[in-house]
Amino acid sequence: MNSRWVAARKEEMNRAFFEQLAMPLFDQLYNHACWLTGHRADAEDLVQETYAKALKGFASFSEGTNLRAWMFRILRNTFLNSRSGLAAQMTDFLEDCEGSVEEAVSHEITPERILIRTENQEAIFAALESLPVPHREVILLCDVDEMSYREIAHVLDVPVGTVMSRLSRARASLRSALGAKLKEEVK
Amino acid sequence: MPCTQDRAMLEAYLDSEIAEDQERALQQHLRTCPDCAAEIAAMVSLRRTMRPAASRFMPSDKFRQKVRSQIGTQISMRRGLRMNWLWPVTTAMLAVMIVAVVWTRQSALRSETFREVTDLHISDLASANPYDVVSSDRHTVKPWFQGRIPFAFNLPEFGGSEFTLLGGRVVYVHQQPAAQVVVAAGRHRISVLIVQESSATGTVIPLSEGVAVRDSFNVETWGRNGLRFYVIGDADQGAIHRLAGALQGVNG
Repeated sequence: MNSRWVAARKEEMNRAFFEQLAMPLFDQLYNHACWLTGHRADAEDLVQETYAKALKGFASFSEGTNLRAWMFRILRNTFLNSRSGLAAQMTDFLEDCEGSVEEAVSHEITPERILIRTENQEAIFAALESLPVPHREVILLCDVDEMSYREIAHVLDVPVGTVMSRLSRARASLRSALGAKLKEEVK
Repeated sequence: MPCTQDRAMLEAYLDSEIAEDQERALQQHLRTCPDCAAEIAAMVSLRRTMRPAASRFMPSDKFRQKVRSQIGTQISMRRGLRMNWLWPVTTAMLAVMIVAVVWTRQSALRSETFREVTDLHISDLASANPYDVVSSDRHTVKPWFQGRIPFAFNLPEFGGSEFTLLGGRVVYVHQQPAAQVVVAAGRHRISVLIVQESSATGTVIPLSEGVAVRDSFNVETWGRNGLRFYVIGDADQGAIHRLAGALQGVNG
């Protein structure tokens, strides 16, 4: 048994192990990629590249850490470096004053509350699509992929406190986008 | 006096990301503050509406195969002959993985059902006028559901017990009509949700039996005669269990 043969077997096992762990995340990563890019073809490229990079880096992935957050992080970084990701960063100016948001609960029956009450899914999806990427992704990670703040912090590479404030700001902008939509419909 | 509650705090509460004592304080606050209660109700329905976003885009089988073959065990196909010893190992590993995946799926489904049930209970807590039928008389509440839901159930006599019947409404769990009956135990509100165990397609909502804790609520669930019961509330486990026992007694 020479060492090259052993190394090849080890690589083999690694691949099989990676496939078994990472493929169950496929649908989720693909869905997230579609929401990020807005195009199925771009999403496919993104997912494919993510799996290739993750396989390459799998040796460095330490067991016990969260594979899902790790894969989402690779997907995100790949997206940000892609053409559509760079374009999104150019247009989506995000002033993220990383302090806490001390926004008190509003007391009025706001129009978006009415729209939310009617659970108008199409309007909510359209509003979500209209958000800048940093807001869209944090809402998706939390409400759709149901990650904890800690997992999200790992994906976005920011402190947990930033996750909380960014989420709050993102949800507020989702709701004002919904409100704007409602006004358009009324007109 | 206008409420100065921080909105981010309410969100963190719904995300189950605040400490237990803060959570308890906030629950108390929600009972007395209609503004925050309305806000929570709006947040809950926004989340419910957003949930289908998780499966909006599905990859094609062709693409899945493409990535699988790219990362997968192509090499072992090529070098298959030399790899005989690897097969039992991979098979065993695969078996373990499949069990793990199935178990994860099951628990994900289970946790989604729990989430729905919890959301319904929270939206009841948060709503100022949460019932479609308001009565403390079981002989009023039970017949009200007739014709509104496709099944029948019995309510125990609450007179003389620690529980008071508050009312009921029709809700949806997993797109199926369900009866929600709300009962007070002292200052705590407890929701009883009853849904048909199997839909037309024969799916069963998978949940383990017994009292569990979910988002700091105590939940007890059981199935009987094709119906699935959930008892959920912030009352202590004993009270939840006694109410569950009373319901089991009359729905035997």
